[in-house]
Amino acid sequence: MKKWLNVFEQNKRIQATLIGAYIATTFISLYLAQKSVVAFLLLLSSLLFLYFTSFSNRVKWGIGILVLSVLLPLAASQGEAYQSYMEVATLVGIYIAMALGLNIVVGLAGLLDLGFVAFFAIGAYTYGIFATAQANNFMPFGKYPLSGESFWIFLIVGCVVAAIFGVLLGIPVLRVKGDYLAIVTLGFGEIIRIIFNNLDKPVNITNGAMGLASVQPPKLFGIEFMYPSQFYYVVLVILLLTIFIVRRLEYSKIGRAWKAVRENEIAAQAMGIPLVRTKLMAFAVGASFSGMMGVVFAAKQTFVDPTSFTLLESITILVMVILGGMGSVPGVILGAALVTILNLQVLTELTNWLNQLSLSGVVHIPDALSPAKMQRFIFGLILIVFALYRPQGLLPAKNPRFDEKELKSGVTNVADGKEGAKGVYFNG
Amino acid sequence: MIEHVLQTLPQVIIDGLALGAVYAIVALGYTMVYGILELINFAHGEIFMTGAFVGTALLLSFSAFGWLSSMPMLLALLLVLVATSIVTGLLGMGIERIAYRPLRNAPKLITLITAIGISFLLQDFVRFITELKKGNYILTGPSLFTGQVNISASSIWSGFHDASVKSSFFIVLVTAVVMMMTLDFFVNKTKWGMAMRAVAQDRETAALMSVNVNKVIALTFFIGSALGGATGVLFAIQYGTIDPYIGFILGLKAFTAAVLGGIGNIRGAMFGGIVLGLLEMFAAANLPIVSDGILGAEYKDVFAFSILIIVLIFKPEGLFGKVSVEKV
Amino acid sequence: MKKKKTLSIFTSAALAIGLLAGCSAEKTSETTKNGGDSGGGTVIKIATQSPLSGGAATLGESIKLGAQLALEEQKEKFEKLGFKLELVPYDDQADPKKGVANAQLIGADQQVLGVVGHLNSGVAIPSSEIYEKYSIPMVSPANTATDVTDRGLKTVNRICARDDFQGPAGAKFAVEKLGAKKIFIIQDKTAYGTGLAEAFKKGAEEAGAEIVGFEGITIGEKDFNGVLNQVLAKKPDLVYFGGMYTEGGMLIKQARDKGINVPFMGGDGMDSSTLVEIAGDAVKNTFITSAAGIATATEAGKQFAEKYKQKFGKNIESYSAYGYDAMGVLLNAIEEAIKANGNKLPSREQVAEAVRNVQDYEGVVTKVSFDEKGDNKYAKIYIYKFEEATYPARLEDEVSK
Repeated sequence: MKKWLNVFEQNKRIQATLIGAYIATTFISLYLAQKSVVAFLLLLSSLLFLYFTSFSNRVKWGIGILVLSVLLPLAASQGEAYQSYMEVATLVGIYIAMALGLNIVVGLAGLLDLGFVAFFAIGAYTYGIFATAQANNFMPFGKYPLSGESFWIFLIVGCVVAAIFGVLLGIPVLRVKGDYLAIVTLGFGEIIRIIFNNLDKPVNITNGAMGLASVQPPKLFGIEFMYPSQFYYVVLVILLLTIFIVRRLEYSKIGRAWKAVRENEIAAQAMGIPLVRTKLMAFAVGASFSGMMGVVFAAKQTFVDPTSFTLLESITILVMVILGGMGSVPGVILGAALVTILNLQVLTELTNWLNQLSLSGVVHIPDALSPAKMQRFIFGLILIVFALYRPQGLLPAKNPRFDEKELKSGVTNVADGKEGAKGVYFNG
Repeated sequence: MIEHVLQTLPQVIIDGLALGAVYAIVALGYTMVYGILELINFAHGEIFMTGAFVGTALLLSFSAFGWLSSMPMLLALLLVLVATSIVTGLLGMGIERIAYRPLRNAPKLITLITAIGISFLLQDFVRFITELKKGNYILTGPSLFTGQVNISASSIWSGFHDASVKSSFFIVLVTAVVMMMTLDFFVNKTKWGMAMRAVAQDRETAALMSVNVNKVIALTFFIGSALGGATGVLFAIQYGTIDPYIGFILGLKAFTAAVLGGIGNIRGAMFGGIVLGLLEMFAAANLPIVSDGILGAEYKDVFAFSILIIVLIFKPEGLFGKVSVEKV
Repeated sequence: MKKKKTLSIFTSAALAIGLLAGCSAEKTSETTKNGGDSGGGTVIKIATQSPLSGGAATLGESIKLGAQLALEEQKEKFEKLGFKLELVPYDDQADPKKGVANAQLIGADQQVLGVVGHLNSGVAIPSSEIYEKYSIPMVSPANTATDVTDRGLKTVNRICARDDFQGPAGAKFAVEKLGAKKIFIIQDKTAYGTGLAEAFKKGAEEAGAEIVGFEGITIGEKDFNGVLNQVLAKKPDLVYFGGMYTEGGMLIKQARDKGINVPFMGGDGMDSSTLVEIAGDAVKNTFITSAAGIATATEAGKQFAEKYKQKFGKNIESYSAYGYDAMGVLLNAIEEAIKANGNKLPSREQVAEAVRNVQDYEGVVTKVSFDEKGDNKYAKIYIYKFEEATYPARLEDEVSK
């Protein structure tokens, strides 16, 4: 058995065949059995298996993008469930981007943030206010709603505005550490939500608790983005960009500075890392991803109101990060995908199925325990089990290891050394 | 404007104290666990909620058996408080054993996940039991201590208006003070209290000094949860109606109070709770008057959180927290 | 290295499972198809969407149960027509995201011909955009916000009254019949509470009353003494609360404890037996406006309440009967559509059209005819007064459009 496994590990060809076969099988099963949520999830999980193969990074990325941009939509598009699959996939993408943003703050820089959803709200409201007639109430010039084409500009605007708020939050909290920081950020998140909920007086800016309805859908070359299948691609592009930036940042100078600050602030400062700038950068970068996705969210929902941005939402995003493995980009992606899919699709389908059973009289369940109400219960149970069995996170972060000899052997082997180091990096 | 604020001041202070006392005792639970494990026990709010339900259920069954009228009210209350504390104390110990102990050496934040999981489980479990027994999950207890007491504050200074108080307010306040004083005595003067402080300072060294660390931690959870549960009963008596979702907001506020006072510090938590209660009540009653109607009472949480943030900026360790010198 | 090994085992295991699941998935989809045919004809599914967990679950569930009762009563009738009715309850958790995701699932299931829901307008508005795309008719039992129907969607209908009808009706009664000159308004800062309170405020100002305060509370909290101290200072003749019965009950109770003995008034969200349970004797001298004649006021309503109690073992809530009637309207329309379609399964568009064309449907709490926007023409406002701590309260007045 061990031998066989060893062979399997060494031999890329076997891996290629297996992963190819896997993708093909799940693709075909989803293509043929449209209602099978299982097939949809299995096809998605091919990305996870892909991550464990020992191909070079470029190949992995290539296959991954191929699966996400062509195979998945194609396989799902054959039946009526298409839009609902895409809806789930879109939300997964939104949450992954947010979780990656939070991962920079919590996982890399070690600053516990319990009010992260505030930046999401800021992004959503930035677009929501200007893409509805709402802005007419307080803007002295211009005609609103702005057309759907402005969505693309607002992606940047939302990003910038959120980053500014990130810095604004960052400045007062610089002196505060650990759990004190957690409560300050929590307070910030609540303050933002309450303000949005009440900013219909004295000047009506956010329309208060009534929310902003009929947000303009984005437009590109005359095509209106109305369906989740279209938003899916918007989210996918932003997400790929986010992952790219996050990976780049992680191994850049600022990324190493974040990690140093996380491990020990004083030591980091002694090594010449500017504490203020590093921390503010973390807040700003983390917030900007969230703000960008807020804009997408507002456009997709066509409705923004403060109930989408509660403390529970912040905690959910934090759960995604911790569950996946703090500081680990693949882990956070997995964590966010898992929690979102679990909550939106698996639990809903499961409770529906149980409900059918109890309605048709196969099993008798008292009304108080009706399966439709059990989602939170099951969710809580799953969280506990996961945490107990994978306390380090699902895919814990690994620090790159350097081979001392290789480094010492010096200039002659620079190319090799680099290559080797890189290999370790990206497997980590 | 100032007149208005002053007129209602006595009433505001009394209402603020009642709310603050509840915050303070729940905050104790957070602070004790944090002090000893450096762990934010997010499930504490749900323990409080469970206590409120257990207590109300006991009171309801007492009145169903007619015991309430046959024994002095205070005795009944005492019995219920003790019984509830034991139940929630054991519950807290159980939670520690199942959800926190296996993760003691894991990264600090992972326990946050189990805590949230436990919160969901407890909420749904309580909802389920109540709904099974009663049809819906909103529970209203028997009204106790409803007598009104008038405090003629105007005799102290003519600018004040008179305030009226429900007699349950005194029960809540007295019980809270007694509980806090007992706890303070226990932690500072007894052997077990010393063991708790030792574990809080340095777990490993304490273990070397033959302190049974696991037992001490279990005890801490027992006491913290028992206090939380007892506060739940007081809350149910003071406000009458409870539902399985009261723990979340209240737990959040109590946690804020614990941080305001300096987390890990027992006296700080008490002080923080009272201050937060007073601040909130003051803001809800006076914000619109002071801001000329621009800021409504709904900004009270913004007001409370802003004060918290400002305090923490100037005193990052909270009001009573010790400045810890960090070494590399 | 060791980890890699386990991972590769994992991979291959998953691959095997994938292969199996591929097959089994096909099988399950086949069986559902077969099941659909064998079980007494073509399946028609009706979805409900309401919060079944979380703070608003009592109300959300009452909608679901009311709808369930109506569906089960009509099951036989539809079986004779050759169709099998099925209920698919969804939990929207009062969360717009969840509501929209569920709406996509509902839209994807071709057997679903209609939706009864939601409880929260904040969830109903984005979700109805999805229903519109799939032409699934939605009959709302509880969404009173004006924006729900004002967007002019073809599929959106409601059997309850609009905020801008209920609020002013209450205001008129308060000013003219109760002689309120100074009114203090409290609201719960939700879409429902704010909408209603704003409408009431406008109505009251037009009727000539002075609004001495307009304050918000936080939903989920239990201590409202802060706001009540303001009320105490302002000495109004009447306090209006826009919000639900849990907060309303606590508010009334705490106000009476403070010696605020002026009348209270609230909207249909306070119309629940739980209000009386929470407030106890303090509920006396409270007025509520409700879009429903209290169900037990009529003979049909009493029967409904009994059946409900018998089946589910609990008393009706304000929205139980709305849920029941919403489902009744929907099934009635589906029946019409089936007949119009020559006893064949109608399309969603046909059902949506049939729903909009419903005229003079007699429900247990309200008569239903939809206008061109999908609002109920017969929505009446009834004003009740609690003179004793019993539910239902005594009818004081009726206001129709």
